[in-house]
Amino acid sequence: MNDQERILKFHIFRYNPQKKGDKPRMVTYEVTEAPGMTIFIALNEIREQQDPSIQFDFVCRAGICGSCAMVVNGSPTLACRTLTSKYESGEIKLLPLPGFELIGDLSVNTGKFMRAMSERVESWIHDQYADEVNFDKLEERMDPEVADQIYELERCVECGCCVSACATKRMRPDFLSAVGFMRLARFALDPRDKRTNEEFYEIMGDDDGVFGCMTLLGCEDYCPKDLPHQTQIAYLRRKMAFVR
Amino acid sequence: MKVIYTDSLVIGGGLAGLRVAIASRQRGFDTIVLSLIPAKRSHSAAAQGGMQASLGACIKGEGDDEDVHFADTVKGSDWGCDQDVARMFVNTSPKAIRQLSAWGVPWSRVRGGDREVVINGEKVTITEKQDAQGLITARDFGGTKKWRTCFTSDGTGHTMLYAMDNKAIQMGIPVHERKEAIALIHEGGLCYGAVVRDLITGELAAYVAKATTIATGGYGRLYAVTTNAIISEGIGNAIALETGIAALGNMEAVQFHPTAIVPVGILTTEGCRGDGGLLLDKDGYRFMPDYEPDKKELASRDVVSRRMTEHMRKGKGVSSRYGDHLWLDITLLGRKHIEKNLREVKEICEYFLGIDPVKEYIPVRPTQHYSMGGIRTNATGESPTLKGLFSAGEAACWDMHGFNRLGGNSVAETVVAGMIVGEFVSDYCAANSLNVSTATIEHFINQEKKKITDLLMRNQGENPFELKAEMQKIMMDKVGIFRNGQDLEKAVEELKVLNQRAREIALRNRISSSNPELVEAIRVPKMIKLAQCVAYGALLRTESRGAHAREDYPERNDRDWLKRTLTTWKDEGSDLPEVKYEDLDVMKMEMPPGSRGYGVDNTIHHPDTKKRISQIETIKEANPGADRYELQELLNPTMIPEKFKGRNERIGRGFK
Repeated sequence: MNDQERILKFHIFRYNPQKKGDKPRMVTYEVTEAPGMTIFIALNEIREQQDPSIQFDFVCRAGICGSCAMVVNGSPTLACRTLTSKYESGEIKLLPLPGFELIGDLSVNTGKFMRAMSERVESWIHDQYADEVNFDKLEERMDPEVADQIYELERCVECGCCVSACATKRMRPDFLSAVGFMRLARFALDPRDKRTNEEFYEIMGDDDGVFGCMTLLGCEDYCPKDLPHQTQIAYLRRKMAFVR
Repeated sequence: MKVIYTDSLVIGGGLAGLRVAIASRQRGFDTIVLSLIPAKRSHSAAAQGGMQASLGACIKGEGDDEDVHFADTVKGSDWGCDQDVARMFVNTSPKAIRQLSAWGVPWSRVRGGDREVVINGEKVTITEKQDAQGLITARDFGGTKKWRTCFTSDGTGHTMLYAMDNKAIQMGIPVHERKEAIALIHEGGLCYGAVVRDLITGELAAYVAKATTIATGGYGRLYAVTTNAIISEGIGNAIALETGIAALGNMEAVQFHPTAIVPVGILTTEGCRGDGGLLLDKDGYRFMPDYEPDKKELASRDVVSRRMTEHMRKGKGVSSRYGDHLWLDITLLGRKHIEKNLREVKEICEYFLGIDPVKEYIPVRPTQHYSMGGIRTNATGESPTLKGLFSAGEAACWDMHGFNRLGGNSVAETVVAGMIVGEFVSDYCAANSLNVSTATIEHFINQEKKKITDLLMRNQGENPFELKAEMQKIMMDKVGIFRNGQDLEKAVEELKVLNQRAREIALRNRISSSNPELVEAIRVPKMIKLAQCVAYGALLRTESRGAHAREDYPERNDRDWLKRTLTTWKDEGSDLPEVKYEDLDVMKMEMPPGSRGYGVDNTIHHPDTKKRISQIETIKEANPGADRYELQELLNPTMIPEKFKGRNERIGRGFK
């Protein structure tokens, strides 16, 4: 940790659509850096001491809930676990995550997008007997390897970094995006989900689905959880190509 | 006036709230979930370590069952819990896990054959049974006799919450996001829903319902440093308190987790120690065996936290610019294990501390972690004083944790309480029709509207952020791990002053829509009231029980204090809550008070304890042929809902 105090300059996008006549603009705030300071700490300091109107979203502040993704010096990432010491120049530019409805300043409505995504890919176990399981009895066994593999794909925190880093999404507003593909890959792998390949094809077998991906792989580059987007998109594509 | 009607209103979109909503919908009732944030971002996701259920599939869990889990839970609570609730809980927890398995949680599974684990600092080979291959496995956690904590690597809460929210989405349950319940609507001792503020538009609406369930989690943010998410501010508890009718139970029961990182207070899971991690002092010395030779690092959380603090007070802490801390050493677990089963911990260490826990020690110290207290409910989850108001999960004092919660029993409680309370909520919806006048609804909306207008109109006054920081500091310094009368008195006096100042909050940003300062201004006075409930309750309780440790009253005093604290706030103009007590009936306990087995047993016993012990002996002698189910029925008959009454099957043991 660098103990020398320096003055950080935060250039922050400000715009409150709820406020009549408000215009988008960049505003600069100065903050004295503290050891171990994260963007979470700095933004709260700005709100408490300089401008109480500034909007942003944090929940867990530990990099696990996915609330706080924003564009930091050009890269989408989780703000809560980003240390300010990472930026040598001391200049930090914060923009809201593109590709989502803006709530105000750095706050975007990822929740609405993700619920719609979950509904679209039917993000649940499809098994007509799942609700009739007699849970007094031993659970259905699962290969330990398979359980671990499913967890690997389920680590997504729906932060939206992959969506904002996706060029295809920019061209196709209804593009499902990596977060949706990862979810589908997770359920396709799960023996408890009884959906057939044909049924998965109905969800993603078009240009707004897995065939639309231009393979620029911004998703892979910016995923804060290092999920294997490239491999899974390729896997889904192969799987779908064989359906028809 | 905007009014939205439903049958079952659920405030809070974490595991408990979602599960109550699911139960309501399964029974055919209309339900709406209100959440400050998208449901999948709730603090439930942060439960890394696991969920306790006595499946007994892994070899170190062999012999486990409801009775063992029950005994651990009651002991862990320092006999402060409601034993009926603990019974309902231990019987339902295995079912909850299995149901979640069917709903998609990828629980880590048993691998038959040899595997290497670390126990008591030594590498040991254990052999899992081949016939348990593929069943749900478990890891070791503090304060438990068996390895009982089921997990998904170290993302247990995350996978549970995702499965639960996905189930809710499948059932078409609406989650109204970015909404905050700021007051309950009630009349004549009946609750009819809540006044709700939209955090984007600022609009107020009434959500009117037959049954209202508060599942808003804990109140950790009353403290300056906590492992809790920033939304864990206790607002659900506060709106119940502000009715003047619903009571909060055991608010002084606040748990400190032994291993949060320094300085930011982010949690490293108990799984670190469960999997074999050690606590070391500034000399690299493993000190826990000196204090607790039996359970060592895996003593109950309250015990480990106190021992760590004691050890630091002896000058054995590592000094840093953020004060003293100790080391958590997981290097002995090896890279492979850490990268697979403790990956979140590794990420947290890398991002927030810049260290690699495979090679380096982690700086930790005890930090506020869990709120055993909450809205007092009876075993059905309903407030005994405000009908139609229910509560589940950490927000509730249901009361299965008493004065100390075991690791792995909290996510377990969220789901199990969601299942059980959800059934009683549905029963309530079936038995009652909604009968509330619009004038009543309007009265409550107008009351809140006026408060907000006053805040927006006031030209000069207190800064809500400053008030909050002052409150958090008082709680840290004077209502912490070790407590004493002198500090607590000061805390109560200082909080009284803050409570008065909180009536004069003024804003710099005076708009009614999306406005973080206004949000703060609405919440902070509520939080100060809760803080006062904690501090005042702690001052009055002149004994030490579980996480409530009084230096001036070190003994557990069953004679005078085997009772639950009940706090109400009847007079809006007052600076102190009213405090009453509810006795725990020793003569009904399946497990009468005894020693937890830590340190010296200096308990002052309750006069009924001996009587009850001999009564139990007599019952046992009179029923020599009774199996454990029959015996439990004789000692502690409980009112488990029909759906969850069944016996649980275990490998190699059947339903016995």
